[in-house]
Amino acid sequence: MIAELGHFGLALAVAFAIAQGILPLWGAHRGQARLMQTAPALALGQMIALGVSFLCLVLASVADDFSVLNIAENSHSLKPLLYKITGAWGSHEGSILFWCLILAICGGLVALFGGPLPASLRARVIGVLGLTACGFEMFALLESNPFARIWPPPLDGRDMNPLLQDPGLAFHPPILYFGYVGMAVPFAFAVAALLEGRIDAAWGRWVRPWTLAAWSALTGGIALGSWWAYYELGWGGFWFWDPVENASLLPWLVATALLHSAIVVEKREALKTWTVLLAIGAFAFSLSGTFLVRSGILNSVHSFANDPARGVFILGLLALVIGGSLLLYAIRAPKLGASGLFAPVSREGGIVLNNILLCSIAAVVVTGTLYPLLADLLLGQKISVGPPFFEATVLPLACPVFFAMAVGPFLSWKRAHLGPALIKLWWVAIVALVVGLVASMGMHAVPAIAMGGAAWMMLGALADLVERVRLFRVSLGNSVSRLLGLPLSSFGAMLGHFGLGMSVAGIAYMSLAAQTVVLLHPGEHAQVAGYDVKLVELHDAKGSNYNARVATLDITLDGRPVVTLSPERRAFTTQAMTTTEAKIHTNLLRDLYMVLGEERDGGAVLRLHHNPLAPWIWLGALVMALGAGCSLADRRLRIAAPTRAAAKAARA
Amino acid sequence: MNRRWLLLAPLGIAAGAGASFYAMLSGMKRGTFDPRGLPSQLIDKPLPEFNLPGFSRADVVKQGRPVLLNFFASWCVPCIEEAPTLMKLRAARVPLWGIAYKDKSEATDAFLLRHGNPFAHLARDLSGDVGIEWGITGVPETFVVDGSGIVRWHFAGPLPDEAAQVLATRFAA
Repeated sequence: MIAELGHFGLALAVAFAIAQGILPLWGAHRGQARLMQTAPALALGQMIALGVSFLCLVLASVADDFSVLNIAENSHSLKPLLYKITGAWGSHEGSILFWCLILAICGGLVALFGGPLPASLRARVIGVLGLTACGFEMFALLESNPFARIWPPPLDGRDMNPLLQDPGLAFHPPILYFGYVGMAVPFAFAVAALLEGRIDAAWGRWVRPWTLAAWSALTGGIALGSWWAYYELGWGGFWFWDPVENASLLPWLVATALLHSAIVVEKREALKTWTVLLAIGAFAFSLSGTFLVRSGILNSVHSFANDPARGVFILGLLALVIGGSLLLYAIRAPKLGASGLFAPVSREGGIVLNNILLCSIAAVVVTGTLYPLLADLLLGQKISVGPPFFEATVLPLACPVFFAMAVGPFLSWKRAHLGPALIKLWWVAIVALVVGLVASMGMHAVPAIAMGGAAWMMLGALADLVERVRLFRVSLGNSVSRLLGLPLSSFGAMLGHFGLGMSVAGIAYMSLAAQTVVLLHPGEHAQVAGYDVKLVELHDAKGSNYNARVATLDITLDGRPVVTLSPERRAFTTQAMTTTEAKIHTNLLRDLYMVLGEERDGGAVLRLHHNPLAPWIWLGALVMALGAGCSLADRRLRIAAPTRAAAKAARA
Repeated sequence: MNRRWLLLAPLGIAAGAGASFYAMLSGMKRGTFDPRGLPSQLIDKPLPEFNLPGFSRADVVKQGRPVLLNFFASWCVPCIEEAPTLMKLRAARVPLWGIAYKDKSEATDAFLLRHGNPFAHLARDLSGDVGIEWGITGVPETFVVDGSGIVRWHFAGPLPDEAAQVLATRFAA
């Protein structure tokens, strides 16, 4: 019964989406206010219907209703409650429904907070979101129905892959999906602007908060995924250049470019056509990333059940959404017209450089991911592209980004001089050089350069702040009051740049990670990077759907106790698979990372890692996401702000 | 006019990508295109000469009976997926020899420790030259070499359980 209710909710949402995709757009085209006004109600209706539908799927999963095919294939009565709930978005069908739900929530948010937008723009944005949602909800309903029944129902389910039964991974997809799907809003704004044939500074101001929100979710989602790989798959690796990882990196790169170029639209009304293309591109990469992975074309562990028939349906949808918007772009973009001239050396120029480099990195990653497929298709040659290709091509493009990141904020709009900007950064350059040189004594060249780059970025971000508050040039009190008076968005930019520096430092330092593999009997010791590790004992433990073997390790440094860790090996009964639960102790400057291996003659094989600065990789991402949050909290960027400013100007 | 064409370029690129994906998908449906499987050039040909730390071609041929050769790497996520299947083959006493492809030795050891070591012998192809010589397209890939050193069977990608069962019965016979 619950499943049927969910099925009905999905069908109802499709009906709402069709209406939402037609009425407001037609109304905006014909200038009929009454039709345009239907948009918010339809978007909210769609959101509620899909919300109910998804809730039904969760309830059916919690209730162990194995007559629902999707639940029988991915759940098990003994699976912990948390994973029964999160399993709702862990399966192929469930994840598509969840994807649609987030798109509907985006539409609902625009409906709720878009009141101050001009009526025709709001109607068009919601209409475009409705059209997009309609396509993907139809896919969920017709091709991948999560509520399909089987008869007779099995006694118990087949259980979920044990690797995926992990709290980090349970919350990774929702955050990542918010990032992916959130890009639909800037996309809808871009298409709406093309339909309107007009883009102004206010448009830039409206698009920015949505892009920021989606970008911070995407940053968080990617970081969480790589953190999961680090501790769950973990032999210390955190990024594998797997097609699925690349698929999440691409929209991130393009969205980062969009985030910056939207500022130029807002401040200078330049780069309009380019910004619109970036908004379309970010969503196009999000879409192709999420869906091509599911078609089985890209070879990856993350891939779901492969079904070429589904792939063709998805490809048709992608062709409509991406092809349609790019066709519209080709026809209407010339209308947007360029304005706002600027010199090559200027803040705008810096942002153009940032955009070019980020898009080049994206192009390289696309090439590396797709070239093996194309070579196979066109030339009949099988080749594989691995991490060495990506490292060799991305790094040279990333270095100039790192360099420009610190300089950009010092350039003024319209026309600037490089000399004075560089002079303000003299102390940063010296420190970065010293850090690089010191690092080059202990490391290989590439990580040492990256360390210097990281110092340059982090201190450059601080230097920007120092410059703004005129520290040491005016009295301290004056500096503090300047600091308090700074707009939140300038903290946002600083945190974003600082966070990237932290991540780069963490990645570079990982090259110094130490690891040893030892066979210890209870009572014996081993050393890793100065830490003394003692195996105290080994014992059995039982979880709800697995049996575990647990080792207790006492770790001391120079005789002082640091921590007691208990890594596990878990044998999952239903899936006949073992996983190892690494245990990590972090003090934010280094990770102690302990893994229990096989047992042999009364002893246990242990893998002991010491990963200096590893936590910074993910802390940096967190700081970047926080930076975005900071910018979002800035009053000037609130969604209603442009209208209020316009009203004020009209009164004055 | 130039600008017009420039604005059409994104659509053209997207259309090209879409058309190739369509060709791949319809190929997959007909069975003419398989992104995972591929016919090896080596089938029914003698195994190329190689000499790696661990074992050489001579060691394989010396066995005088069929051997299963598996290319793997610790950095390859599908290899983790394949590991339980290989352990089953080992339990079925199939002579399984492993070649670690472009992998640091410590990382390989840690991988085998973690996921179990199914291999009777282990060779290390640090440079990846042997992999290139054999024409492997990625890891994991599995070859069956008969007693006279002729490659008889090949599979790209993680070995499915069904294939492993067939192999186990064939090797037992």
